[in-house]
Amino acid sequence: MTALVCKSLDISIAGNTICNNLDLKLERGQFWGLLGPNGIGKTTLLKCMAGLMPPDAGNVYLANQSIEKLPRRAIARLLGMLQQHTVYVFDASVLETALTGRHPHLGHWQREGADDKRKALEAIKAVDLEGFEARSVTGLSGGEARRLAFASLLVQEPAVLLLDEPTNHLDMKHQVRIMNRVEQQINQQQHCALAALHDVNLAARYCSHILMLFGNGLWQAGPVAELLNPATLEKLYQCPVESVQTSTGERFLAGG
Amino acid sequence: MPWGEWLGAIGNPDSQSGELIWQLRLPRALAAWAVGAMLAMSGCLMQVLLRNPLADPYVLGVSGGAACATLLGLVFGVAVALLPWLALFGALVSVLIVFGLARGTGPWSGTRLLLTGVVTASGWGALISLILSLSPDNSLRGMLFWLMGDLSYAVLPPWTLLVLTGCFVLTLGLARSLNVLAMGETTARLLGEPTGHLLWVVYLLASVLTATAVSIAGSVGFVGLIVPHLMRLLVGSDHRILIPAATLFGGLFLVLSDTLARTVLSPQQLPVGVITALLGVPLFLLLLNRARLKGV
Repeated sequence: MTALVCKSLDISIAGNTICNNLDLKLERGQFWGLLGPNGIGKTTLLKCMAGLMPPDAGNVYLANQSIEKLPRRAIARLLGMLQQHTVYVFDASVLETALTGRHPHLGHWQREGADDKRKALEAIKAVDLEGFEARSVTGLSGGEARRLAFASLLVQEPAVLLLDEPTNHLDMKHQVRIMNRVEQQINQQQHCALAALHDVNLAARYCSHILMLFGNGLWQAGPVAELLNPATLEKLYQCPVESVQTSTGERFLAGG
Repeated sequence: MPWGEWLGAIGNPDSQSGELIWQLRLPRALAAWAVGAMLAMSGCLMQVLLRNPLADPYVLGVSGGAACATLLGLVFGVAVALLPWLALFGALVSVLIVFGLARGTGPWSGTRLLLTGVVTASGWGALISLILSLSPDNSLRGMLFWLMGDLSYAVLPPWTLLVLTGCFVLTLGLARSLNVLAMGETTARLLGEPTGHLLWVVYLLASVLTATAVSIAGSVGFVGLIVPHLMRLLVGSDHRILIPAATLFGGLFLVLSDTLARTVLSPQQLPVGVITALLGVPLFLLLLNRARLKGV
């Protein structure tokens, strides 16, 4: 089943064309990796897909409806986005912040119930923040804040996950933990995800499909086996790339 | 006055002390409570709106507009009963100016609102200085009292209680949205809040509350800054608890400050704003220092 569709999207920002005529179908059960050099417009594309900014031309469809016509609340029940930066200004607790994921599911005067709290605690556990429930978010380290933001996203339970560099600030253990959890959502709940990544090898390990942004509006999309090879990666990052075989498949190294 | 006599006076409104309590003290205490409650609530809203825990209800120039209108009224000898209306008028004019200029044609911008508000506020400040320097000496005292915030002549028209109640209920209904908005506009949108509308609703609620409070008691400082901050430390940042707590305690804080203002140098009365500032400034610096240590 198709969860999110981009139809002939033209997006540009400050005179730079990010994509021309982009057609993309995110089906349930797919894990897309979004690759491209720094500043090529990955975040802007994700924002467009989340309905946070309008494209120059074309349309984004969520559950077969144009996202521009959907109210934010309806969007939030179907689609969630992990932003690249997470800055907490006010002193809320970790548990309170995880619970904000329930916001689109609750009415104005409705309070979170036992079920909502159970979901929040489960998500906090999933990102390895157990025991931090009462801590203030302003005192968290960069990596901890990042994991908490991901926990809120899990609590929100959207079927479409847009992840802007989900492994930013995370150590190896937690990178794997978060990516495993995304994979689990995709396999068990038939969710789908699109993750902007800088680590090509995370994409090689987890993604089923790849979208590459080359700049000047050029893009390429397809199954991971077709796109992840030294030739396309060299074209994408403008640097020599070597591949090595490991026990879990082909991996890539930047050459000199 | 001993307790027994005090109770007797309350039970007997026609006696001399009874009249004092029912005609003077209680209305004044009620006015103080309402003003404190409104300023504290407005402070909570303004802090979320500007996403800054150190914002206060006056930062966007609401009190400046009120002050200018009231001082002009004093200069031209307008009847005292009309002054609150002038203050309300001035405050709303300032709100409309800031609202109109900051809104422009583009999307919401917190920075633009803050800059517009701060510049407008300093514009009012200049006008206030101009009025003060041109005023005859005998009216200066009243003006200074008003500028500091003063409850000596405060009356509480019934409609202000309606404003207080209405804004309180609305704010409480938005409380969870405020929690989400406190995490940033984009986060709030991603969690299903149509922030384009919400931010203006929050701004207008905060402005109406401030304008009403200023029309009753002049620009009483620091209540709207200190009380939300203290309450955050005490009950946490969940606005469903913070808003009622700040409202109640804001009222209490101003009632106590006003009692001090009446009694410290009795029989001479001080403007209550002097007391709130004397209590508020050290408290604020302490909190600011604490925030800096935590790296905010």
